[in-house]
Amino acid sequence: MNTLTAVPSFEQLPAPSISRGRVGMACLIVAESAIFIIFVVAYVFYTGKSISGPLPRQVLELPIAGTICLLSSSATITLAVRALRKDRKSLFGAWWATTIALGASFLFCTAGEWRKLIQKEGLTISTNLFGTTFYSLVGLHATHVVAGLTALGVVMIFALKGKVNRLHTERIEVLAIYWHFVDVVWVVVFCVVYLLAS
Amino acid sequence: MTVKTATQDGIPDGTDSSWVSECDYPGTLLERIHGWVITVDHKRLGIMYVLLALAYLLVGGVLAILIRAQLAVPNNHLISPQVFNRLFTLHGTTMIFLSAMPFIFGFANYLVPLMIGARDMAFPRLNAFGFWLTFFSGLLLYFSLIGGEGLSGAGTAPDVGWFAYSPLTSRAFSKGHSTDYWILGVMVGGFGSIATAINIVTTIITMRCPGMTLMKMPLLAWLYLVVGGMVLIAISPLTAAQIMLLLDRFLGAHFFDTQAGGSAVLWMHFFWIFGHPEVYILVLPAFAFASEIIPVFSRKAIFGYPVMVGATVAIGFVSLSVWAHHMFTVGLGPTANTFFTISTMFVAVPTGMKIFNWIATMWGGKLIFATPMLFSVGFLAQFLIAGLTGVMLAAAPFDWQLNNSYFVIAHFHYVIVGAIIFMIFAAIYYWFPKATGRMLNERLGKWHFYLFVIGFHLTFDTMHVPGILGMPRRIYTYEADRGWGTLNFICSVGALFQGAALVVFVFNIIRSLQKGAIAGSDPWNAWTLEWSTPSPPPSYNFATIPEVRSRRPLWDIKHPTDPDWNYE
Repeated sequence: MNTLTAVPSFEQLPAPSISRGRVGMACLIVAESAIFIIFVVAYVFYTGKSISGPLPRQVLELPIAGTICLLSSSATITLAVRALRKDRKSLFGAWWATTIALGASFLFCTAGEWRKLIQKEGLTISTNLFGTTFYSLVGLHATHVVAGLTALGVVMIFALKGKVNRLHTERIEVLAIYWHFVDVVWVVVFCVVYLLAS
Repeated sequence: MTVKTATQDGIPDGTDSSWVSECDYPGTLLERIHGWVITVDHKRLGIMYVLLALAYLLVGGVLAILIRAQLAVPNNHLISPQVFNRLFTLHGTTMIFLSAMPFIFGFANYLVPLMIGARDMAFPRLNAFGFWLTFFSGLLLYFSLIGGEGLSGAGTAPDVGWFAYSPLTSRAFSKGHSTDYWILGVMVGGFGSIATAINIVTTIITMRCPGMTLMKMPLLAWLYLVVGGMVLIAISPLTAAQIMLLLDRFLGAHFFDTQAGGSAVLWMHFFWIFGHPEVYILVLPAFAFASEIIPVFSRKAIFGYPVMVGATVAIGFVSLSVWAHHMFTVGLGPTANTFFTISTMFVAVPTGMKIFNWIATMWGGKLIFATPMLFSVGFLAQFLIAGLTGVMLAAAPFDWQLNNSYFVIAHFHYVIVGAIIFMIFAAIYYWFPKATGRMLNERLGKWHFYLFVIGFHLTFDTMHVPGILGMPRRIYTYEADRGWGTLNFICSVGALFQGAALVVFVFNIIRSLQKGAIAGSDPWNAWTLEWSTPSPPPSYNFATIPEVRSRRPLWDIKHPTDPDWNYE
């Protein structure tokens, strides 16, 4: 038995054509999508099957402000990545902070909506099937926003310390892909939960 | 490929101490344990996965023997009905989530980087994270034995069955916290599985060595690529369903609460959307081992490589659309029943292609019946029978008669033991020399094989019959006049044979670790890249990253005048 041909050592090899981070994130998105699909299916399956009120069309209002915040945060994170690619660090920091602010505003809007639903309308997760499926689906999405904001916040800390530069573009992009995914999920939730109700 | 002159000298093997991997670095016991705990090396994680799986195989085996002891004779009162429920719930959950899954992930971890010429998995730390989640998920499940009482003084172990149908899992029928520990254990293990699957898929897509195009990968890598994708798609619904169940139990949600309009059938759908692909997640690695072992012990290249790849992908897709064949007796209606009957029968087509290709690989080959090959041949025959009873059960009217009978138990144990466990044993005998540098004892291996084959057939061939005679699953005892007594006694005797085989196996591992023959780098004269490394491989796997031009790079090196790439 002999060894295999000597080829350039690991560092000299050309970088793989597909980045590990992107493939890994794509896999995570596949798994997350499957989880969301199950929750969406449960929501749709139980639409109109609650045996007591309140019903979606009685209590739900279109969350316009929150939606605008979240969707525009997808644009600002793209601008942030673009700034980082050109190594314009302060511009990156500014867009990144804007993204975090928009994401947080979305959560704030959701919190306000839930507060109104719980206190004024008396709708909790145990009230009826609508409450069960609504809070779990919107809550699952909000959990993902929180996870995304945590990751964005970690990057923000590094950015404030001046430790994020052009070399990190690849990793920041992978994180941005996750943020876009969270946005796309919101579009689905918006259509299924809010548009269907009205 | 340019080839260095073949000399026996200068080739590192397990006996050369300068090449011994870090695993053997001597230190205090605490230092060594610490080294294993903090490791991110795919080989060490792979070995830990397999050891974890082996430990739980023994635990689940003891549970099975207790079940068989209770059922050996009619009107038996060795075990109470409550304890019997806990036994079969823990047996099923342990075997699937804590034994079979860690086995397949252990082999994926150990083998995939070595076989595709990489130095580690794509995300080594995520890999360690996945392992430790699996490890602690087992502790969570078994913690219910001491912490399951909760405050209401109910069960001390989960007793809802491994598929935990609603409404058994509601607070009203599952008091205490044993069911909660079951949910958490399975859910945390699921997170670990998803993490590992992300790693497997990413590794195979991005880390292949130069020259290894997708169609030049070892079949094992192809099968694990499909398994990884299926884990991502299939385990997630289970996670989602477990989250819903937790919301039901802790926050008063009504997902599976029929009194508030919820649906028990929805849980069945969600569970089996996971549950049936899970069978293929477990059996595809068995196919992967067979596709590596059978060619080497037939001294022939695998027959029909492209067909094997196509069949694998086809199984991956079709198996995602067969889940409701577990639910024919629910009353889904003729349209759904017809669809799921047809899709289930269709899975048999690509699976049949694979069986033919393995047989064609052996056909005219120079067969060597070492222990890995013996288990592989056992697998071929038994998997065929398992598939045939599967096609029988796929027919909805037939299933109406035998659903939830011992016929179903016999069928799926034929798949899980007869196919999956047999191939896991084959894989352990085949790759043990690579992982440890020592051969497993062949004589003990043959004892293991024959005892296990006898025990397996005594138990599971016989078990079909009481099923046809009407014996339902999950009953803790039965009356003498049913005529199931003798058959059940034979099943229980078979379980003892299997237990004895496992004892021989464990003894073989322990003995061979100390006294086994030194393996060298390539004891089986095989062809894939892992055998080009020393045994055990160093932590960096390959001193120089290999470059390949065919599916059997080591064949090309051993036969420079007749390389494989002329024929592919």
